[in-house]
Amino acid sequence: MSDTILEVTDLKTQFYTERGVVRAVDGVSFDVKQGEIVGLVGESGAGKSVTTSSVLRLIEEPGEVVGGEVDYMGRTIVGFEDTGEELVPRDEMLTEAQMRDQIRGNEIAIIFQDPMESLNPVYTVGGQVKEFIELNRDLSGEEAKEEAIEMLRRVGIPEAAERYGDYPHEFSGGMRQRVLIAMALGCRPNLIIADEPTTALDVTVEGQILELVNDLQAEFGTSFIWVTHDMGVVAEICDRVNVMYLGQIVEQGPVDEIFHDTQHPYTEALLNSIPRPDRTVDDLEPIEGTMPSARSPPSGCRFHPRCPDAREPCREIEPAFEQVAETADGAAHRASCLKHEEVGYWEAEPLEVEVEK
Amino acid sequence: MAIGEQQTQEDEDSGSEFEPNVGWRHTLSKIKDDTTARFGLYVIAIVGTVAMVTTIDANLSTITFGRVENFTLAESVWYHPERHPDPGTTERRMPPFFVEGGSLEHPLGTDRNGRDYISRLVYGTRVSFFVGIVATGLGMIGGTIVGAVSGYYGGWVDDVLMRAVETLYAIPPLVLVIVFTVFVSGGDPDIIYAVFGVGIAFIPVFARLIRSRVLSVREMDYVEAARATGVKDRDILRRHVIPNSFAPVLVLATLQIGVTILIVAGLSFLGYGAQPPTPDWGEMLRISHQYMHSNPWMSIWPGLAILITIMGFNLFGDGLQDALDPRIK
Repeated sequence: MSDTILEVTDLKTQFYTERGVVRAVDGVSFDVKQGEIVGLVGESGAGKSVTTSSVLRLIEEPGEVVGGEVDYMGRTIVGFEDTGEELVPRDEMLTEAQMRDQIRGNEIAIIFQDPMESLNPVYTVGGQVKEFIELNRDLSGEEAKEEAIEMLRRVGIPEAAERYGDYPHEFSGGMRQRVLIAMALGCRPNLIIADEPTTALDVTVEGQILELVNDLQAEFGTSFIWVTHDMGVVAEICDRVNVMYLGQIVEQGPVDEIFHDTQHPYTEALLNSIPRPDRTVDDLEPIEGTMPSARSPPSGCRFHPRCPDAREPCREIEPAFEQVAETADGAAHRASCLKHEEVGYWEAEPLEVEVEK
Repeated sequence: MAIGEQQTQEDEDSGSEFEPNVGWRHTLSKIKDDTTARFGLYVIAIVGTVAMVTTIDANLSTITFGRVENFTLAESVWYHPERHPDPGTTERRMPPFFVEGGSLEHPLGTDRNGRDYISRLVYGTRVSFFVGIVATGLGMIGGTIVGAVSGYYGGWVDDVLMRAVETLYAIPPLVLVIVFTVFVSGGDPDIIYAVFGVGIAFIPVFARLIRSRVLSVREMDYVEAARATGVKDRDILRRHVIPNSFAPVLVLATLQIGVTILIVAGLSFLGYGAQPPTPDWGEMLRISHQYMHSNPWMSIWPGLAILITIMGFNLFGDGLQDALDPRIK
């Protein structure tokens, strides 16, 4: 359970636009251990999807991974070295062809957000599952077809053999999401990145899918990175959580710790904005304002313009991402907030928070 | 797997009554309901059948289908010495049978060499059909590859390819084909050069059309999903991008066949296409326009043939466009 399979260190991805450089991912570090589900939570635009795309090196022009390390089971997916003047990719970094043939699909698979658009409308559902299985495993066409039907059955599609030849438009959203999961699992990857796979579904179907993933995960032992903006989903399935805000991870820790021993005001605010069975409140508190542009992030702590707890030092000092609390099983619980640093936060005056509404 | 069985049961139920509004069956059923498109399809079918005629008698008593064996034999083409009277002795420029001086032996009359007009028209169908489909096909294949590669890869590949295509586009097709024909044939024009010339001249139309579609299709999640699963770029293009961008290309190709037939007829009319004695409609017009006053029927028949064929393709193309457009119910 404790072998680290994916280690992301200080990952930076930028987009070069006409109006300036967008630091979509700005120094993100996290890891994934064998067989666990790691959550990646945050508002829209926090950089969650860019982070996962960067891990698979799927960033396209005008974007670019500009720094950091991504190590997958000893293989360097992203790695840079400093030549003194600039950072250049290291030699042992996998080539594009190696990424394609060795990593994508057969080691790390991805499930996309929109099940309506993630299947090619001109081919049968079964044919597409089979295509991906054939591509990533050494199976003959006939075996791949059998495996595809088996996978469709496993994800709960009734009469899988008959539905093999149906087209995507003949499936409902929830069914298509199951197909996508079958496609990802059928390639027998070690790690599946699920990029908001249940966001487009209604809650009942979402519940079924989450249960299905829990079952399949227990069966196949696949690790997951679960990208979502829904703390409820996180509580449901994740083992550990990374909370992202404006291209950075602001809090990281085991799911229970995050929920019951929250260390960052942003996480606190996120949790206050959703209904919780363990707390009774009259009104939910939405987080005031919107996330600022990643083109020119605020100085100091990035959350300070919206933070209810912001004080004077938050404006100038960028908080370090550090271990902040003891956890029962020794897992790290990190957060980046000046509350946990010796910089005179507690002595300072609270900031008047002016929020753009 | 107990999860979701109720849900899937509902899916099953609604699935049986579900009428998909995409796919071949749907497209064909739509065309079946569209009178004009159906009419166009019938015209194409009839003209296509006529194009397969290999030997035909002047009085239509003998019609066979198959390959023309002496297709390239200049002197004997479209004239059978045993069944036809010697052209030298036939009356030249005979009017059709319903005009005074005409005879049922040559229902549509004869040309200036005394050759039977209806036979030449029938054989001309084959030339026009072949030319229309092959030249359009060349343009479609070339344009699809250029446009899809250009749109999918973007960047400098896109710049280089699209600038080249636009340069080609800037030249009027007729001029382009004439120059091409003259240079490639080395002063000995033939219909085959015209076919290639027209094919090349149509690359830009198809390339620009499919590129615009590819630009949106390549952003689709299933393309991203294929990339994330390790599918090669070439296979993504072939299996995912092109099939999903192809519908408008198919419509354009159908409409373009008519245009191609017209352009090649024009080339033959100008003397850069089919050469005598190949019975091409454009070539027939070239000869016959000298006799506009004395025997206008010689111009009317090939003109009508061109008109009907092009109309067939255009009506069918329009119907196809409507059938493939999901917004029109």
